Amino acid sequence: MIFIENLYKAFGDKKVLQGANLHCPRGESTVIIGGSGTGKSVLIKHIIGLLEPDSGRAVVDGKVVSELNEHDLNELRKKFGMLFQGAALFDSLTVGENVGFALTEQSVMPRPKIKDRVLECLDMVGMPDIYDLMPDELSGGMRKRVGLARAIAMKPEIILFDEPTTGLDPVMADVINDLIIKTTKALKVTSVTITHDMVSANRIADKIAMLYKGKIIAYGTPDEVMFHQTDPVVKKFVEIGRIIRQTEAVQGRGNNI
Amino acid sequence: MDSGTENLNTVSSPKWLEPIARLGSFSRQFVADIGHVGIFTKDTIVWMFRPPYKINAAIEQMVEVGVMSFPVVAFTAIFSGMVIALQTYNGFVRFGAESMVGTVVALTLTRELGPVLTGLIVAGRAGSAMTASLGTMRVTEQIDALYTLAANPIKYLVVPRVIAGVIMLPVLAIISDIIGIYGGYVVAVLMLDSNPVTYMERSFNIMENVDLFSGLAKAAVFGFIISIIGCYFGFFTEGGAEGVGKATTRSVVVAFLLIFVTNYIMTAVFFR
Repeated sequence: MIFIENLYKAFGDKKVLQGANLHCPRGESTVIIGGSGTGKSVLIKHIIGLLEPDSGRAVVDGKVVSELNEHDLNELRKKFGMLFQGAALFDSLTVGENVGFALTEQSVMPRPKIKDRVLECLDMVGMPDIYDLMPDELSGGMRKRVGLARAIAMKPEIILFDEPTTGLDPVMADVINDLIIKTTKALKVTSVTITHDMVSANRIADKIAMLYKGKIIAYGTPDEVMFHQTDPVVKKFVEIGRIIRQTEAVQGRGNNI
Repeated sequence: MDSGTENLNTVSSPKWLEPIARLGSFSRQFVADIGHVGIFTKDTIVWMFRPPYKINAAIEQMVEVGVMSFPVVAFTAIFSGMVIALQTYNGFVRFGAESMVGTVVALTLTRELGPVLTGLIVAGRAGSAMTASLGTMRVTEQIDALYTLAANPIKYLVVPRVIAGVIMLPVLAIISDIIGIYGGYVVAVLMLDSNPVTYMERSFNIMENVDLFSGLAKAAVFGFIISIIGCYFGFFTEGGAEGVGKATTRSVVVAFLLIFVTNYIMTAVFFR
């Protein structure tokens, strides 16, 4: 599905990725964890061709992203939905126009149907009545939800989530986590999420990968990463996740998510 | 410090050489920037001719660049026309050539001040707004979002602004010419007692097509420069809100300098 192979990327003197390798299996939710500034965003941006690697490659559905021409890259991008950290809604467009942007621009369906689809997506993220609002009238959590609606509007096969819960209060973060689980399971999509929020990682991950100093230093199921790692850096980072998981196991709801 | 070739790159240069090193690094960056602007311009021109055409977006930008700049352009033009009339009259009256005031006002405005002042005003107003708007879109990842939605940001954001610049600058320049000439007329006729008929005759009789069209051609080129530079600096903004501020300042300064240099070159070409 998605393979990252020996990816290197530097910005000037700053080496961000230094031989990162990762496999994100089809239909699963892979969560990449790591501290701030470790290059998680840089890694995810290579998957959708927003950045070009210095060496190594990102392969999606058998296609090397950095070797595609403009047309093929656009075709590949149509398989993707992406939720950005700050939602990246277009300021000059209404919520409805934002969610329906790709549907309108790519003329995939007649206009009345686009509106139906937009309303359906807004409904899925629990925001049915904000079609005509402007992005600056929305709170951070609402923006994220609209961003998610925009990401799923084209019924993508792959969704990328860039820090979906960063900057949100715990209740709203949980709402977003639920929505991610709901939308990805409902649409049977492959998802790649980057986060440093272990609560979120614990909730949504089928596989967890940890990025540290430009490399993936741990990979596996949440249990494998949280309980069976010897690397002190990994152990320290996943500590909260481990506690949550143990608590959930005691309460008997760990596997019900 | 060891001698030996392996240390050549790590040897820190003596202090007195630092300005030269800095000049070298600046020159390299400058050449790289010119290359980037060139590629950006080429991409813009290519996307300009690829359907579907974003006509509504272009019209919105024309309103932003043209209509919204009109009051300042008109204000500048009328006072420029008035001051040229006043200065010229005071100079020419010394050798009895005050009847030529109208000619000087008309030629100065159509050839030079109409397009140049309009260019500077639009660079300060609309060019800076282009940088700020695209820069904000860049740092809030809206430009990346366009790519991920399989939409090319150059087509959506840059092309409409460049079309607006190239079309609206000549329109503003011609309005500026008319208002400026009227400003000169008001000063010469109402305040300095020139003959209105002679003034108007002298304004337009000597004027040739090249005077007007060279000015309009300059304005179109300035419009292209302002919008390309405004968009370029915005498109590649880095460093958050502070970066947007810096990019905006830089784009206005670069646009101003390019307007002055291009103005000289075009004048030399038209009136050699």
